[in-house]
Amino acid sequence: MMEEVNEVTSTLSVDIQSIKVTEVVKDGATLTFLIESEKLSGTGVYHVDRTYDDFEWLQQHLFSQEEVSGIQGVIFPPLPVKAQANASAKVIKQLGILGLGEWQAYCKAMETFVRQIAAHSILGKNNAVEIFLTSSDPPGRHRVRKNIFNRLSQAMEGMRNEGHKDVDEFFQTERDHNLVFTGCAKTAAERFLDVVQTEQKIAVACGHFSTALRLCVEQGEDPDQLDFSKVCVKLSEVFESIQKNVTSVAENNVSTLGLGLDLESRYQEAEKEMLNRRTCKLVELETTRRNAEKAKPVKKAAMEEVKKAAETEFDHISGVAKEEIARLQAARVKMLQQALVQWCEKQLLTAKESADQFNQHLQAFRGMA
Amino acid sequence: MDSILSPTIEPSNVLIKPPVDLMDDPLFEPVSIQTANTPSSKVMSDPSDDFVDLTNNITDSPDEEDTAESPVADPEEDNTEIPLDEPAEEFEDIFGSETEAPQEEVVEADVTVEETPTDKVEEASSVTVPPVDGKTGSDEEGEAIETSSDPIINLGADLPAVKTEQPPPASQAFVDPLEDLLSDVSPAAETQQPPPASVTFADPLVDIIIDDSPPAETQEPPRASKAFFDPLEDLLGAVSPATETQQPPPASQTFSDPLVDLLSAAAEAKIATPATVDLFDEEGSDFFTEARQTKPAKQQKSLFGEADEDLFGEPLGATSKKAVSTEPKDKPVKTKAASTDVSNMGGPLQDSTPAEPADLFSEEAVATVPIVKNTSAASSKTNGVHSEEDMDIFAEATVELSLDSPREERKKDVTVAPSTSAAAPLSAAASLVKPQAAALEELEEEEEEEEQEDKFEILVSVKDPEKVGDGMNAYMGYKVTTQTQMPMFRNKTFTVRRRFSDFLGLYEKLSEKHGPNGFIVPPPPEKSILGMTKVKVGKDDSSAADFVERRRAALERYLQRVVNHPSLLQDPDVREFLERDELPRATSTQALSGAGFLKMINKATDAVSKMTIKMNESDVWFEEKLQEVESSDQHFRKLHALVESLVVHRKELSLNTAGFAKSTAMLGSAEDNTALSRALSQLAEVEDKMEQLHQDQAANDTFSFAELIADYIRLLGAVRGSFDHRMKAWQRWQDAQTALQKKRETEAKLLWANKPDKLQLAKEEIAEWEAKVTQYERDFERVSATVRKEVVRFEKEKARNCKREIINYLECLLQSQQQLIKYWEAFLPEAKAIA
Repeated sequence: MMEEVNEVTSTLSVDIQSIKVTEVVKDGATLTFLIESEKLSGTGVYHVDRTYDDFEWLQQHLFSQEEVSGIQGVIFPPLPVKAQANASAKVIKQLGILGLGEWQAYCKAMETFVRQIAAHSILGKNNAVEIFLTSSDPPGRHRVRKNIFNRLSQAMEGMRNEGHKDVDEFFQTERDHNLVFTGCAKTAAERFLDVVQTEQKIAVACGHFSTALRLCVEQGEDPDQLDFSKVCVKLSEVFESIQKNVTSVAENNVSTLGLGLDLESRYQEAEKEMLNRRTCKLVELETTRRNAEKAKPVKKAAMEEVKKAAETEFDHISGVAKEEIARLQAARVKMLQQALVQWCEKQLLTAKESADQFNQHLQAFRGMA
Repeated sequence: MDSILSPTIEPSNVLIKPPVDLMDDPLFEPVSIQTANTPSSKVMSDPSDDFVDLTNNITDSPDEEDTAESPVADPEEDNTEIPLDEPAEEFEDIFGSETEAPQEEVVEADVTVEETPTDKVEEASSVTVPPVDGKTGSDEEGEAIETSSDPIINLGADLPAVKTEQPPPASQAFVDPLEDLLSDVSPAAETQQPPPASVTFADPLVDIIIDDSPPAETQEPPRASKAFFDPLEDLLGAVSPATETQQPPPASQTFSDPLVDLLSAAAEAKIATPATVDLFDEEGSDFFTEARQTKPAKQQKSLFGEADEDLFGEPLGATSKKAVSTEPKDKPVKTKAASTDVSNMGGPLQDSTPAEPADLFSEEAVATVPIVKNTSAASSKTNGVHSEEDMDIFAEATVELSLDSPREERKKDVTVAPSTSAAAPLSAAASLVKPQAAALEELEEEEEEEEQEDKFEILVSVKDPEKVGDGMNAYMGYKVTTQTQMPMFRNKTFTVRRRFSDFLGLYEKLSEKHGPNGFIVPPPPEKSILGMTKVKVGKDDSSAADFVERRRAALERYLQRVVNHPSLLQDPDVREFLERDELPRATSTQALSGAGFLKMINKATDAVSKMTIKMNESDVWFEEKLQEVESSDQHFRKLHALVESLVVHRKELSLNTAGFAKSTAMLGSAEDNTALSRALSQLAEVEDKMEQLHQDQAANDTFSFAELIADYIRLLGAVRGSFDHRMKAWQRWQDAQTALQKKRETEAKLLWANKPDKLQLAKEEIAEWEAKVTQYERDFERVSATVRKEVVRFEKEKARNCKREIINYLECLLQSQQQLIKYWEAFLPEAKAIA
């Protein structure tokens, strides 16, 4: 959804637009995703199966590209929380809207994740992406682990530095804004999830009611009883339609705006992380500057060297960060717009279909009366 | 006795003849002719029987009266369940006390119809023979004075009009109640209302005399009016200076003057209007009901029209005759004529009467013609309602009358009375129609009739719930507005204020009166201590408002159900509830809390199930029905729980949508991109609207289904209650049979022991119990028939009601869906414009 195709100077051998998570297979508690992508050469299709570990491997690999300058300024596409079959309530809660249903939404989110990484101007160039998409051998079953702690400590540091005054006006505003917006996006996604969940409950309740109505049919040849039985059966059908209607409304909600809000919320988090990383770097830089000033003449040159390196790195990061933020802004507006439009169109369609159905039922009842 | 029982017609014929002998031909001949021709013949004969009875009674010594009365009394005892030894007292009870349901009386009439003829036949045959000679002239008088004169005198003092009714053996009994009624001005209204019979007597009269209602009403000439008019005319004619009118009835001739008037009038009334007979004579009622049920309008015509013509037409003179003859064709004309006749009448009555009689008749007539049952019932009700006010007027009227010479007075009384009685029969008959479902074969016809009646032109709404008072003594008051086209009501729309306990009180009264007869009395919503406490505490939370609204709607549906029930609508209490400004505070409802109410229902259910074990059900239909009721009760309870949870979810959705709308608005305000920000705040608005939509949908679910189903759960309780009452009737019958068996055994023992002295007593007891067994059996059959009919009606109503509600529901659903479409369509361009 957020891919910026034009920017891609991809080294990948696959068509990014064709990347799809086609299926999810439950293997015990583990979920395995089947990823399909067309070869750029147009001569075939890659089919790979990846577990959550593989996704994580990919992400870690990208995180740790020390060689790329300004990598810390990249807003990494957010990977959804790890999902499990028979997930605990806590995990489900963390998953939010992605935890609903039979993982369709989750697959969609994973697909978006892969696509965005592949489409990313910096990240897409990493060999790990190619491996992830094409290698029949799952890459991520070993290794890793270490970097996670890196990241965690980083995050902790970020938290500490959250209040640090920024030297750059732009980043200061962006940070402030991001702070507010992350909260809002999260709340909106949660509220929307509530709506969807309630809709699902309604659908279930309608189903029960419909079934119960069918049991109300009276056995009697009496015309009034037959009449009543007919009414019951018909009403049961009505409630089936209502159930279908509500169900599809809920599905529409999830598949469009729900995913959109979820992604938005996670991206805001990712941006926040990036900003935090940058702030950390800023703090680091300031420290080196102070050190350089205070340094004894003997060490002065060395310290200056370090300071310069830090400054360059920070500038790189800031440069990348600025680009990334601008890119994200454009991308998320587009994404949200798409989500809203699709949502609206789908709901409209459902509403019209349901109205038609209700009307038919109504006519049927009028005909009975 | 048994042999006599079976052929009802035969005895009637037999009876007819003796009277003929006794009295002059003119009276009975027409009747006998009718008997031959039409189904009504039976009816006709019945009244005649009564007449015979009457005459017999009169002719005979007081002892005879007792015997004659006793048969009547017994059945009544059974029905009313208040076994009184003295018939007279019983009657008083019936009429005097409110507790007795009008239907009960009717029922009694019904029941007695079959029995009485037999008794009467016996009596008539035995009695009539000796008095034949004595009847004519002075002999009669003397005896008559003993029997009937006393009542008459009493009446005369109070209200002569009522007296006319007395001819039937029951008359004596009636006199007293009537006296009471008339003498008591204020309480009279209430007392009169309960029994349709009494109502009819007092009220119509009152109406005639007092009513100031516009004569315009008179113009609506129903067929029935013709029939009624004649007697009235006759009666009125009698009043008028030309006393000739009095003479026409042969009976009058036989009696001496003052009595003659009264008796003749009475006789006329009786013969002409079997309905009067209904109340007092069982036979009349029987005939009437049957006739009514099948083709009310026609029957009446034939009955009244012919009878009147033959009997009274000639003597009355040209005007009356014309009226009678023209009746069948020109009804409006007739009514007018009648009214004019009335106006012509002399004396103090003149002033007040002219318009009113017309009024009275028009009302009834209207009622009878288009919807016989309803209107007539309505008319009777109206009478009941008016009675209070009328009473005062009445008193005045009586005073005026007293100024005149005694004879004049009596005449007037007579005249007035017949008219009233004429009216009464109609209403009574109408009211009878339902309860007397005695014959199962009639069921279907009745059903058809009912269908026509279903288009009741009455709409009751309960509005403006309002908290009255403060603290825990606070209560909710409701505005009850009735809109109706029914002539039984004085106005087209009227509004009264009622509190919740009044609704419960109405139910109490109705169920007490109509429950034992197998009627399904619609139950009101339960008392809810929790809900009401919330309201009382005065929290402005939505659950209190929700509670009030639910209850208001439930009360409205409850009242509408009551009013839609053709028999209940006729109940004076219903009318009083709808019309009267101030109701006496219902007290007994206090204990009837929600839990208590449920308990009661459960108890009834238990009792029923217990009794079912004892009762070997002879009727498969009932057995199946009971099971059906049980199972549908289960289903409904389940459905109710499901709908309630659905409603809960809907409300939750509404709440969540509101939450989402809020967060969207915040997201929008935090958004930098102006287009997106705009779209998001637009979305927030859309979601706000959707919240309303969801809320409405929740309400729709609640009122279309949850409340409807709750209603039906309550109604099913009432249905089971009616089964219960049937069971009780059966039990009574069985008990009586056992008792009879014992008596027979005793008789056998006595026979064996050869104790002739005690044997006689035993035989008498056996006869008594035999009568009781027959009576109870009939009771049971009647209740069974009523229950059956009511259940059929209930089911019909249920199917129809559900259909209607579902259609409403779907309409709402469709509407909200269309609204939703509009919202989406409005939002789509906003979303597209973001880019």
